[in-house]
Amino acid sequence: MVETTAALEAHDVSKRYGDTPALAGVSLTVATGSCVALVGESGSGKTTLLRCFNRMVEPDSGSVLVGGTDVSARDTGGLRRSLGYVQQDAGLLPHWNVLRNAAMVPWLRGRTEANAVASRAMDMVGLPVEYFGDRWPRELSGGQRQRAAFARALADEPGTLLLDEPFGALDAITRVEVRRAFVRLRDEIRITVLLVTHDLREAFELADDVAVMRAGEIEQVASPADLRGTPATPYVRELLEKAGVA
Amino acid sequence: MKAGTHARLVCTWLIAASFFPGAVRALGAQTGRPIVVATKPFAESFILGEMFARLLEARGFAVERRPGLGATQIAFDALRQGDIDVYPEYTGTGLLAILGEDPPPTGREAYRRVAEAFRARWGVRWLPPLGFENTYAIAVRPSTADSLDLSTLSDLAREGGGLIAGLSPDFIGRADGLPGLRAEYGFEPREVRALLQAVKYQALEAAEVDVIDGYGTDGQIARYGFTVLRDNREFFPPYDAAALVGSSLAEERPAALAALTELSGRLDEVTMRELNRRVEVDGEDVGAVAHDALSVLGLVGPGGEVESGSVARDGSLLAYLWSRRAETAEQVRRHLLLVALSMIAGILVAVPLALLLERVRAAAEGTIRAVGLLQTIPSIALLAFMIPFLGIGVAPAVAALFLYSLLPMVRNTYTGVRDADPAAVASARALGMTELQLLRYVRLPLAAPVIMAGVRTAAVINVGTATLAAFIGAGGLGDPIVAGLALSNTRMILSGAIPAAALALLVDGALSVTERSVTPRGLG
Repeated sequence: MVETTAALEAHDVSKRYGDTPALAGVSLTVATGSCVALVGESGSGKTTLLRCFNRMVEPDSGSVLVGGTDVSARDTGGLRRSLGYVQQDAGLLPHWNVLRNAAMVPWLRGRTEANAVASRAMDMVGLPVEYFGDRWPRELSGGQRQRAAFARALADEPGTLLLDEPFGALDAITRVEVRRAFVRLRDEIRITVLLVTHDLREAFELADDVAVMRAGEIEQVASPADLRGTPATPYVRELLEKAGVA
Repeated sequence: MKAGTHARLVCTWLIAASFFPGAVRALGAQTGRPIVVATKPFAESFILGEMFARLLEARGFAVERRPGLGATQIAFDALRQGDIDVYPEYTGTGLLAILGEDPPPTGREAYRRVAEAFRARWGVRWLPPLGFENTYAIAVRPSTADSLDLSTLSDLAREGGGLIAGLSPDFIGRADGLPGLRAEYGFEPREVRALLQAVKYQALEAAEVDVIDGYGTDGQIARYGFTVLRDNREFFPPYDAAALVGSSLAEERPAALAALTELSGRLDEVTMRELNRRVEVDGEDVGAVAHDALSVLGLVGPGGEVESGSVARDGSLLAYLWSRRAETAEQVRRHLLLVALSMIAGILVAVPLALLLERVRAAAEGTIRAVGLLQTIPSIALLAFMIPFLGIGVAPAVAALFLYSLLPMVRNTYTGVRDADPAAVASARALGMTELQLLRYVRLPLAAPVIMAGVRTAAVINVGTATLAAFIGAGGLGDPIVAGLALSNTRMILSGAIPAAALALLVDGALSVTERSVTPRGLG
């Protein structure tokens, strides 16, 4: 069946921080089940745009829709609990063991089977609950912590994942390991992903479509192949060349 | 004249009292509230206060003792407000320190002026003077007096160029001290050394210095047998000792006034010096000395209970501490009460205030700085400030300790909650925790050890500061410290200081265990 509704939509969204424009009339659509990567240099607005979807950032103008509903109409807590989220430094609660961390969202939503669904999510990311469930976050390696953060984001079975540089803080080997786990995961469950990364290779490897941002605007959205073939602007071409993916 | 009327009134009461002791007792018992007798923190004041107390008790009044109140301002404020009923004071102090007037030439004039001014302004009464004066006394070794033929300050001025003076820093500076002596008598010593009270006497005895300043009824002067030179030009302001009585006692309980007046004119310098010597030098118990003095004057029966004060200086320190165990236990209990009440109030205010500041961070720095300013007020001054609002005793002490406890707890709670693992807070928020849930499940648990460290700091500071509460009559382990300082009794000081130090360590230890127990597992 062909998906008709977009999971995430931004229409002409603008945001200023003081005199600095972070987003200048950005529009973006992420189709249900697809993975879109936001790439660009630091300060290009990619994280700001991502955060508009879970209302960590409130835009000055424009509209943001999740699952067809304007987010401004939704209660922030409920909205955020419905969207998986992983940030660069895992951000696990250090005083909760890994299982309790993974079970956070279903627990917040009052689900009685919170631990069961969290265990499933832990298995999915390769952290079997019987080995890792009662460990403290500080007892895990960096890669394991990041996988636990994925388990936490996935446990409540959200339709959409917002990923903010989720592999950014990992060393090269660990990054490959976690990325593989992520790819396996996408094979197992159909989930919509919006991924922020400054690494174009990563974007090309993981995403169906890549949006190149520059100074608060989107220069081009296209599949990796189309980006390579027909870069829309000299900036996009230059960026691809610098990253060695042209 | 006024003095005459007074004397007649006194006589009437004395006669009434001697004929109808039962009637006086009945009057005393009539109003049930105990008469609060206070003293300032030095030996002579302790002795006189104890004499007042025992005399009142002998006449059938219930008495509550508040020995060692801070200093003049604290004692007088407490009297004016009715927190205490009577304490021994000196006319010169009344004039200079309370009224801020220059002293008149004669003692009689000084008494007349303080008596009129205090009664008119505050309804406070100066009972007729006790009979001795305790002004500055300039003392030399008897050998010096003999060889140079010194008996007056004029004689001293004549020989001044050859003498070394050892004077208290205070005396060197004040107008009625050395500068005045220079101007009035032309006294120009060869050299002036600033010496503290505690070492002055030994320095004179050892001939390190030739002349010192002391007090007229100084027990130490009596101890060494120094010669006091006569103030032949009556330069030193008169410091006649008298009972200073608060307005409510003066107006409502004439029988108590009459009882206290029985001491008027009965103590001369020689007697007082001897009493001071027994307490300051021999380490006798204040109660025993006061009782003896009253019984010599025929004001109380010769028998009566006389405590054995000899343990104070004889026997081992441990034996002394052990002999005071019941008192110490009571003082520890009172001390802990002061600390506990102030800490509970402090926590109830500091923690919510800090959480509020974390929400309104713009106000945080200024508020914490303001709370910090409280910390810079010297303890004794803060305690004194409390008196106009809260009187003396437990309430002002708890209030002052409460204010001191705020800074460490507000600061630690604020920074602990604000700086709690930012990545954890950010991710939990992004996954849908509400601000209240963040506080309850993330910020507070992570900040708990930091908050407890603030509580611990505040509690240890409070255990120490609470010893000063004795200066405003709040009791606790400061009582023996204040009394010991006043009576130059090291053992007495230690009987308060050692338990206070032990208590501080104990509180610190107990709270460090608590600190560990609130540290979430999974941290560190």
